[in-house]
Amino acid sequence: MTVRELVQKLDAKILAGEEGLERQIKSGYICDLLSWVMSHAQKGNVWITVQSHVNIVAVALLTEVACIIIPENIEVDTLTITKANEEGIPILSSALNSYELACKLKELI
Amino acid sequence: MAEEKNIISLQYKVNGEDFSLAGEASSNVKKILKQLGVNPEAIRRVAIAMYEGEINMVIHAKGGIAEVNITPEQIKVLLQDEGPGIADIELAMQEGYSTAPDNIRELGFGAGMGLPNMKRYSDEMKINSVVGKGTRVELIFNI
Ligand SMILES: Nc1ncnc2c1ncn2[C@@H]1O[C@H](COP(=O)(O)OP(=O)(O)O)[C@@H](O)[C@H]1O
Ligand SMILES: [Mg+2]
Repeated sequence: MTVRELVQKLDAKILAGEEGLERQIKSGYICDLLSWVMSHAQKGNVWITVQSHVNIVAVALLTEVACIIIPENIEVDTLTITKANEEGIPILSSALNSYELACKLKELI
Repeated sequence: MAEEKNIISLQYKVNGEDFSLAGEASSNVKKILKQLGVNPEAIRRVAIAMYEGEINMVIHAKGGIAEVNITPEQIKVLLQDEGPGIADIELAMQEGYSTAPDNIRELGFGAGMGLPNMKRYSDEMKINSVVGKGTRVELIFNI
């Protein structure tokens, strides 16, 4: 499944990174500790995190996750959005919490 | 001379003021290694370790210099700063040990996994540090 298809299925909002919407999704990863994510998230993962500052873009870039989902409608810094657009990293926003998102992901991928 | 032809040297100034730029150097190195066709697993190891080193210079030492030397056999990453230095390196190397302040932890840093990860993902790691003078970390990756 592509990030674009996931957006539709989750009824999520695209905040940034339109360029990366055709990326293929492979499983998911949930964590807010960036060192932990750096060493455990895998290429193609959907990364769910409540962190919304700009450094998440570098982590996403280095781990090659397919996209970032910010749960619970948490507001995302404009700097993060600008940077994610530059790098083509999709950032999605959802009203669901991380648990609810994980349950949906399980059904979908 | 013949050998020098095969060396690619990169240098980055890691800005200590602008937290938002942290990760730029490692992202750039990653792109270059990809272009060079280095195997993905080695790229991943270099990227993770160098990112941690970069972040350390930003959050603990107000920035520094990152140097990367690439040969067909080996990637060497040198991180140097003129920050406060590390008093007890053995302690700093322990998983979970961190002196990062709360405001940094809230951002998801300061888990005390940086130095241990750098050791885990490199083939060789050397740290030299003098309190009040700065820190030098050398990472070697065999590819
Ligand atoms: N470049 C550096 N300059 C000064 N102190 C450092 C540096 N790198 C690491 N340290 C010290 O070592 C500790 C452990 O580092 P690390 O394992 O990366 O964990 P963290 O960065 O999450 O605190 C830091 O909290 C800090 O006290
Ligand atoms: Mg660290």
